[in-house]
Amino acid sequence: MITLSHITAAYKTETVLTDVSFRIARGERVALVGPNGAGKSSLLRVITGQLPAHGSIQVTGTDIAKLSPRVRAKRLAVVPQDIASDIPFTAHEFVLLGRTASLPRFGGPATADLEAVREAMSLTKTWHLRLRPLPEMSGGERQRLALAMALANRPEIILLDEPTSHLDLRHRAELMQLLIRLNNERQTTILMVVHDLTLASQFFPRIILLSEGRKIADGPPSDVLRAKLLEEAYACRVSVVPLPGLDATCVLPRLS
Amino acid sequence: MFFSSHKLFWLIPLPFLLALCLLIGPSGFGLPDTSTATGHALMELRLSRLLTGFIVGAALSCSGCALQAVLRNALAEPYVLGVSSGGSLGAAFVIATGLSAVTPLALPLGSFITAALTLMLVCLLAGRAGGYSPNTLILTGVVAGSMLSSLHMLLLSFARSQAVHSITWWLLGNLQVTSWPMLLCVTLLVIAAIGALCFESRTLNALLLGHEAAHNLGVHTRIAIPCILAAATLAAAAAVAISGIIGFVGLIVPHALRRLIGVNHRALIPCAALCGGTFLVICDTLARTLCAPHEIPVGVITALSGGPFFLYLLARKGRTPLA
Repeated sequence: MITLSHITAAYKTETVLTDVSFRIARGERVALVGPNGAGKSSLLRVITGQLPAHGSIQVTGTDIAKLSPRVRAKRLAVVPQDIASDIPFTAHEFVLLGRTASLPRFGGPATADLEAVREAMSLTKTWHLRLRPLPEMSGGERQRLALAMALANRPEIILLDEPTSHLDLRHRAELMQLLIRLNNERQTTILMVVHDLTLASQFFPRIILLSEGRKIADGPPSDVLRAKLLEEAYACRVSVVPLPGLDATCVLPRLS
Repeated sequence: MFFSSHKLFWLIPLPFLLALCLLIGPSGFGLPDTSTATGHALMELRLSRLLTGFIVGAALSCSGCALQAVLRNALAEPYVLGVSSGGSLGAAFVIATGLSAVTPLALPLGSFITAALTLMLVCLLAGRAGGYSPNTLILTGVVAGSMLSSLHMLLLSFARSQAVHSITWWLLGNLQVTSWPMLLCVTLLVIAAIGALCFESRTLNALLLGHEAAHNLGVHTRIAIPCILAAATLAAAAAVAISGIIGFVGLIVPHALRRLIGVNHRALIPCAALCGGTFLVICDTLARTLCAPHEIPVGVITALSGGPFFLYLLARKGRTPLA
């Protein structure tokens, strides 16, 4: 589904990714973790074709450079970390933007477009907000709308850049439940940048750990969330505490 | 994208306002007697001014609308960014060299080339200096405008006296057109530019979320953005070529419209064309009649109404949202 081979990318002269390779199969749910500046968001930009890179990037079996922007957007949706909050779109208009790749140049949206928007807003529990303008909404509501916008195109792959940062515990749990549902029912492939390592261990069967632009671990949470590995990556002492009842691992920083 | 048709009802009075402007002249209210040669000439004069005002107003407002969306900056406007000054330099060069007499296309073409170069320069410098934030863009636009004014002076100092007179009269910003082929040429260019912006209206909506978000939504940003900027520049340059520099129309009209009908460019661009055109015709009617028989340059009226509005937008705290 997503295959990266020997990816090296840079912003002008600053290298942000060095020789990163991995393969994510259809229907996988993968967390991308690492310290600030590790290259997580840059990696998402490389996959969407936003950041040019050396190496090979294949999405659904096709080189990303050979996919037209419209086809790429239909297959692969992105939920950004921050969304523009100052534009007075109504929630419905905003989510409909997710169908940009499918909408005709002229004329209004077709019934199928409106159905897709309704479905996406219902899934994210934002349908009741449809007439409210974006600037009047809370960070959490906007984050759910950003997910609705991504779902509006019924993509095969969703890339999420730290989408839980503005969400409280309940909405965080609801978002993860929704992602797991999409993953199970539609075989949607999910690659999500996560800062919360405990959350990553709880909801993702596979974790990729990046540090200084390099992939330093890739595997199930039990393999990746090891104190020595994390201390090296984050340059900080950590405590890794298994939570047997939850099938998760709690990772806490330790004061030196 | 939705837009409620009830929000568009207020467009109905626009044709009546235009008709009213046609009836108002320095001599009073009513149509001139077209059976006499003088009356006929007067009628032609009013009609050509109305058409020119409408086309120029439509071009400037649509250009402002598009620039504001692409640069995500409420203060982006052809005049503020120096695009109008750039266009006027090219047009002045065409007048000074006598090329304007060769073909009606020379003036808009000369204006377009220098306006496009100015926009490229402003965007490049602003991008390097810290992105398209309101302050950076305005400062860059002001600096570019000052440099272009100096070049303008230089051009005037070398031009023949007849050309100096033509350029100065044209620079004052007026809608008095002496050549119908020129008006036709500019009208076609403006229609083409506005048509291109209407075609890209969904792209403009996506660009409001930022260039990266638009890319993720399936917009071919590397092609769409230059195309939109070229169309916006063409509209502004065509307007400058026929009327000289008229400022702030591209600022006032899009802002007022966003408050009335929202930010959806599918409705915003056509409405900006209609309302911008009507707005400038009204301003021109005021310019013709307020101090009759003396005529005020229409740019003075738009600057007096747009200047305070610009300061209001600039004084607003924090970011300057597109609303």
